Amino acid sequence: MSKENILKVPTMAELMAEGKNPDVLFWVGCAGSYDDRAKKITRSFVKILNKANVNFAVLGTEESCTGDPAKRAGNEFLFQMQAMTNIEVLNAYEVKKIVTACPHCFNTIKNEYPKLGGNYEVIHHTELLQELINDGRLTLEGGEYKGKRITFHDPCYLGRANDIYEAPRDLIKQMEGELVEMSLCKSDAMCCGAGGAQMFKEAEKGNEEVFEARTKQAIDVKPDIIATGCPFCNTMITDGIKMKDLNEQIKVLDIAEIIADANKL
Amino acid sequence: MGIFMFAKNMGKLIRNIKLGGDVDRNDNSAERWKNVLMVALGQSKMTKKLFPGILHIIVYAGFIIINIELLEIIIDGVLGTHRVFVGMGRFYTLLIDSFEILAFLVIVSVIIFWLRRNILKLTRFHKPEMKGWAFNDANNILYIETLLMSAFLLMNAADWNLQMLESHHYVTTDPFVISSFLSPMFTGMSEASLIIVDRGLWWFHIIGILFFMNYLYWSKHLHILFAFPNTYFSKLQPKGELDNLESVTKEVKMMMDPNVDPYAIPEDDEEPGKLGASDVLDLNWVQLMNAYTCTECGRCTEVCPANQTGKLLSPRNIMMKTRDRLEEVGKIVDEKGKFEDDGKALLNDYISPEELWACTTCNACTDACPVLIDPISIIVDLRRYLVLEQSAAPTELNMMMTNIENNGAPWQYSMADRLNWKDE
Repeated sequence: MSKENILKVPTMAELMAEGKNPDVLFWVGCAGSYDDRAKKITRSFVKILNKANVNFAVLGTEESCTGDPAKRAGNEFLFQMQAMTNIEVLNAYEVKKIVTACPHCFNTIKNEYPKLGGNYEVIHHTELLQELINDGRLTLEGGEYKGKRITFHDPCYLGRANDIYEAPRDLIKQMEGELVEMSLCKSDAMCCGAGGAQMFKEAEKGNEEVFEARTKQAIDVKPDIIATGCPFCNTMITDGIKMKDLNEQIKVLDIAEIIADANKL
Repeated sequence: MGIFMFAKNMGKLIRNIKLGGDVDRNDNSAERWKNVLMVALGQSKMTKKLFPGILHIIVYAGFIIINIELLEIIIDGVLGTHRVFVGMGRFYTLLIDSFEILAFLVIVSVIIFWLRRNILKLTRFHKPEMKGWAFNDANNILYIETLLMSAFLLMNAADWNLQMLESHHYVTTDPFVISSFLSPMFTGMSEASLIIVDRGLWWFHIIGILFFMNYLYWSKHLHILFAFPNTYFSKLQPKGELDNLESVTKEVKMMMDPNVDPYAIPEDDEEPGKLGASDVLDLNWVQLMNAYTCTECGRCTEVCPANQTGKLLSPRNIMMKTRDRLEEVGKIVDEKGKFEDDGKALLNDYISPEELWACTTCNACTDACPVLIDPISIIVDLRRYLVLEQSAAPTELNMMMTNIENNGAPWQYSMADRLNWKDE
């Protein structure tokens, strides 16, 4: 591994041992930690955090599933076990602010943890990136993405679930990408098919997969890149593009990957 | 009698709704009233589909405003007066003119609605759940509305002819904007037959409205009443937030508390409550009110990704089946004074696990609903029963949950490897 590839990723435990406290905890999530495709998103995001000198930390091996897929599958018991265990850890570290690149973790920690004793300011990674730019801590180069046709697929748990539509779009615009909208976008966006624990099971009998239908809508606007802000949407749309044999022509990328790549991080 | 029957049936509906469990929806009344004003009264979600949205607003405005005229019709009937408000002069003409224009527009809108349903056959009106009564009910409503509006216009037309004949009792008014076009229909008729027509239409209008009021009980058209409380008591949290089951919270807290003696006999030997829902009585009253409020427009099903890709799930059907089952349970309560097990339940007998497991919880349905109905909460409550009481999740989901239990991730990876991405 080359030297510039080494990421600075302090854990909460390490910082605590040094008597330090980070400004923000990066909640990596299971996909971001284990899924090969999503790990690239995680690394890209960390590269940006390093570049902007953000004082952050991760939980590392102390992180555990938020319980989102269990809850949506109906297993409230397992969800609350996960939630309370995580809350104990987070509260022990006196975490105040959490950023995550997964809208499912985002929704669960932001909306479902407070009533179980976990109160934090929770933001999506696109919101943090936006903040960094607004504060002048990060400047964006469009690089090879300048003028590229980029369409944004709204993750349900970021968009409809939490009304966040603009942060990812603003980032695309700031990179001088040509933002093209699908006919169904923002609050009308169609699901990729992964939510509600569908990611982990075969779909019920039908005449099409949800991700195929959504990918078709994206292909219709002839994008160079389909941007997402969710590791699960990323997997689904990538599968859709592969099915259509378009993986040479159309790239499916997380906003963080586009930014890291364009700025040669 | 019409009013009495209506009150009795409404009482029954409210009793059925109260069969549901408790849920506190009385917080934040300012935001709740805002929803009533914007979404129910202001129809803010209807115009998401511009064309039918505008037509609906016309019919809705017609319905509300023409009720003012109904007031005059009733006062006339009770006091034996005729056009009791005519003293308002030019303002009266303006008023009746606007009623007539609205009535005319309502007829036009209703005809377009009928064409969309029956000739253009829009897909959302022809899904499997829309066969039989559901389909006829929709058309019946359109027919009744056309008849009521026509009666109002024709009555004014007959009235104008009677004025021309200077019939006693028929006070002079200006000619009204729509009925003056219709009045030639009646010219040449004798005074006596005109009076019969006029009185006949008057009675038709009154009886028609009383009939319509009572028809509501059997119909999807209940939304004209329930839209208001339904928007008031709707969920205010972000759409992505699901409620946390409190009974589970208690149990989990006990399990995690090192000071709790695991062998202690519980203080209250209450039956542990059922987790999740298998029947309508396990749902809360807002979910049951949702079922009565649904007017089966199908905007939810139209945007449902599962339904669009040919799966069995239709959020509208979830609401319709919940109402059907609640009606059935209500009948048992009518007969026996309380609910007695009839060997049936909402889960399986009405809603199949196949439908439930197809939901991605994407909230397209809740976003599309013009009256803030929440089918997802019912789907999740039924899933909870399947998983927590019956361990009946699909195999792959059981594997996912076992993984979370064992290694804190939905996949089978070691917890120790969670930070490996850092060095890859």
